[in-house]
Amino acid sequence: MTAMLNVKDLRAYYGQVQALHGLSFALDEGSLTTLLGANGAGKTTTLRAICNMVRSTGAIEFEGKPLTGRSTENIVRLGIAHVPQGRGTFTTMTVEENLQLGAISRNDRKNVVADIERMYEHFPVLKERHTQQAGTLSGGEQQMLAVARALMLRPRLMLLDEPSFGLAPLIVRELFKILGKINREDKVTILVVEQNAQLALELADQAYVIETGRIVMSGDAKDIATNEDVRKSYLGY
Amino acid sequence: MELFTNQVLAGIATGAIYACMALAVVMIYQAIDHLNFAQGEMAMFSTFISWQLMQWGVPYWWAFPITLIISFAGGIAIERLLFKPLAKAPVLTNVAGFIALFAIVNSVAGLIWDFTIKQYPTPFGTSPFLGSQLISTHQAGMIGVTLVLLIALYFFFQFTRIGLAMRAAAALPESARLVGINTSWMIALGWGMASAIGAIAGILIAPVVFLEPNMMGGVLVYGFAAAVLGGLSSPLGAVIGGFLVGVFENLAGTYIPGIGNELKLPIALALIITVLVVKPAGLLGRPIVKRV
Repeated sequence: MTAMLNVKDLRAYYGQVQALHGLSFALDEGSLTTLLGANGAGKTTTLRAICNMVRSTGAIEFEGKPLTGRSTENIVRLGIAHVPQGRGTFTTMTVEENLQLGAISRNDRKNVVADIERMYEHFPVLKERHTQQAGTLSGGEQQMLAVARALMLRPRLMLLDEPSFGLAPLIVRELFKILGKINREDKVTILVVEQNAQLALELADQAYVIETGRIVMSGDAKDIATNEDVRKSYLGY
Repeated sequence: MELFTNQVLAGIATGAIYACMALAVVMIYQAIDHLNFAQGEMAMFSTFISWQLMQWGVPYWWAFPITLIISFAGGIAIERLLFKPLAKAPVLTNVAGFIALFAIVNSVAGLIWDFTIKQYPTPFGTSPFLGSQLISTHQAGMIGVTLVLLIALYFFFQFTRIGLAMRAAAALPESARLVGINTSWMIALGWGMASAIGAIAGILIAPVVFLEPNMMGGVLVYGFAAAVLGGLSSPLGAVIGGFLVGVFENLAGTYIPGIGNELKLPIALALIITVLVVKPAGLLGRPIVKRV
């Protein structure tokens, strides 16, 4: 397997404050990887740095192309969909408009209609509410919409920032099941940042643990899940 | 009764112009969160361009679209050269930028075309509309052109891809970038469109207020009043606000003793203050809630 995303010596800054201190990791094509860590460890910053939404140095390569110096929208157009923390829903627009926006950078207009139908199959609740303002959806439904919107890009890589945040456990399980399905069936490589380590490790095949802006642990998700020490010191359960 | 109907219809006609100006102001406000104080001067300059074209012998209905295209390009150029570099600057820097733009455009227009008042033609004529004394054909034309513009804009924003992208970029710039929208160009496009809409307003009102560099001063204040009344975050509100302000201005001038023509402008200012105190979000705007 070849590395799809290669991150080397990533350092990121908020003003004078350094948030990442030389992070390196790689994602295999087709893999489902989770990035774990406590609050403030730098998980969100890592995702934001990949999409050039925060000032950073280091090298990031996606399918052999360097991402350095590219604007956020150009990075997205390479096929990297990013579901941000807080979901980034266009709350004043309808569910269907949100899905159309997900595909707005695509030029194959004909397939977009079919893709919207496909999303409604993945997430039947969105079909029921397709003319409704997205802001009126429940938290779980909005998260489904955010994932569907990201998929409308037909991404090669999907970055998810704490998709479980604020959702009922049952809904989180359903969401993660769908993510696994997308990963297997649509061959989308997924990087998911999570605080809910237990669930994320069940879902993922690879895992990285970060602490204060550095990778402190990496390996098979199963190994990390069964490693008592790691669990106690970094994952806190 | 006839006086009343007459004043309401005339109010709707000038209200159409205020609606255009309010719409232009709201479009830029939505894109960059600032009020463009120079919107009126930009409209005035566009009107002069159309006048100049006609002086050179270009027929009205050719000068009109040519002016819109020039204004559109000019709006984009102003954004790229002046306001894009100021995007991350503090509010006051932007305000200074707008005032500078106001002064520069006003003076340059005076320099090129001087400050004497000029007649401006109307293609609609000034005879009574449909034989009725209530409204003139030019006033009817003002209303008609504005309605066509509003419907066109509605379809553009509701049913075209680029309209959807512009709405997304205005609503949530970060999310818009994350679906691959070049938000910076959407802002420039908003400027171009606002500038062209202003040009339409200027060309339509010029036969009424006559052409000179300060012609849009009063009109813009009414446009601001309309935008504030309707809600700065709502294009539809701005349009409704425009018509309401137009009618209100005329009725107050006619029926409230002592106001007359001279005190009409303070009414607009009083309206702005009243709305800001009583209902800051305006009729259709959404209140801005910020978490602190």
